[in-house]
Amino acid sequence: MIFTKSKTLALRSEEEIVLVRQATRSWMVEQRFTLVAQTKMMTATSELARNAVVYGGGGSARLELLEESGRVGIRVQIEDRGPGIADLEQAMTDHFTSGQGLGLGLGGSKRLVDEFEIWSEPGKGTRVSITWWK
Amino acid sequence: MSDPTSNHIADILARYEQPILEEWLREQSAALSARRDLISDADLRRQSAEFLALFTPACRSGSLTDITAPEWQQSCNFLGDVSRSRATQGFSPSETATFVFSLKQPFFFHLRQELGTDAATLAEEMWSATVLLDKLGLYTTEVHQKAREQVIKRQQAEMLELSTPVVKLWDGIIAMPLIGTLDSGRANIMMENLLQSIVDTGSGIAIVDITGVPTVDTLVAQYLLKTVSAARLMGAECIISGIRPQIAQTMVQLGVEFGTVVTKASLADALAYAFRQIGCSVARQTPRA
Ligand SMILES: Nc1ncnc2c1ncn2[C@@H]1O[C@H](COP(=O)(O)OP(=O)(O)OP(=O)(O)O)[C@@H](O)[C@H]1O
Ligand SMILES: [Mg+2]
Repeated sequence: MIFTKSKTLALRSEEEIVLVRQATRSWMVEQRFTLVAQTKMMTATSELARNAVVYGGGGSARLELLEESGRVGIRVQIEDRGPGIADLEQAMTDHFTSGQGLGLGLGGSKRLVDEFEIWSEPGKGTRVSITWWK
Repeated sequence: MSDPTSNHIADILARYEQPILEEWLREQSAALSARRDLISDADLRRQSAEFLALFTPACRSGSLTDITAPEWQQSCNFLGDVSRSRATQGFSPSETATFVFSLKQPFFFHLRQELGTDAATLAEEMWSATVLLDKLGLYTTEVHQKAREQVIKRQQAEMLELSTPVVKLWDGIIAMPLIGTLDSGRANIMMENLLQSIVDTGSGIAIVDITGVPTVDTLVAQYLLKTVSAARLMGAECIISGIRPQIAQTMVQLGVEFGTVVTKASLADALAYAFRQIGCSVARQTPRA
């Protein structure tokens, strides 16, 4: 797998969630991903970025442009050093929320993208990686 | 060693006030050559002379290292005013700091001329003058930044108001076209605006059009659902229109359901539905023979 380019953005506020989402979009527009792909990836990015800000107390987003056997992919990794998630299965369950959300962010993001990986350790933080292949 | 009772810096400033002012003005003009449209020569001269008139006595009376001391208050206030006015005029932070930093050149020139033979005193005085001017220069950039932040905050607040207009389409039908990113701040204002307009116009139907919203994530969906429920409590029906195909697909996978909320692909569809609801019909006039 080749990393064509990468970029890391801070994720501390609502404005920075928007910036990360816009960066994802502009890379996808540049690479001519379909409008549906752009919309789904932006929405998943938005969910994970908001979780990192709301529950993880802020973190960072790393954007990567990939190439594997002639296929172009975009990966967004969202990381925070917040409290982590003790029960991942519960967190991934639709409609589970510890706050005031709809409880659809994690489960929904997983359904929206091609690849979804989540690592979390209580007391250490959370990292989620989503990838879309063209 | 220098005589601790004498104050070379203040003496030199007082003795060479006029030449320092002229050279300082030349330095500023050169540094701000691209900005000459923003500030007139007369204003620059007035500001510079006024600052020197405050700076010289402050140097004489006070500590040269602590610009938070009371004797520096007037100079700092004046610099604050200059920075704020430049910030609103569109000067960059470094252009603003030029006001203070460009005083170094003429000031140091005269220090060297006066104290040139006494290397130890010269070095000492140059050092205190540099530290002092750096502090004042940084102070101007701090004020500049705060002023810019205020300008941006004000513009944002104005944009928020502007960006969620509610329009009356027909007697009993209002619409709010949403454009751009909906963060929680905007979403709250949108909700308040719409509910208030329902009351003000006595409308029974409110259309929220999301054609211009790039992403509908769980936060946006939640606000839309809240708005619909609140409108219902007030006896009005809320229709959500402008759900583009890619948004519809995304919402389905995300798992967001609008339940019993009426949704339409376009604003036109929503309006047609609203007309039917209030018992209005739209007919094309038969063309005359
Ligand atoms: N980065 C994180 N750090 C700590 N806890 C998290 C993090 N992300 C999610 N969680 C936990 O997982 C739960 C489920 O997250 P999910 O995004 O699915 O729903 P939500 O954020 O509660 O609501 P929604 O995203 O629908 O607005 C959260 O309520 C929270 O308890
Ligand atoms: Mg969430």
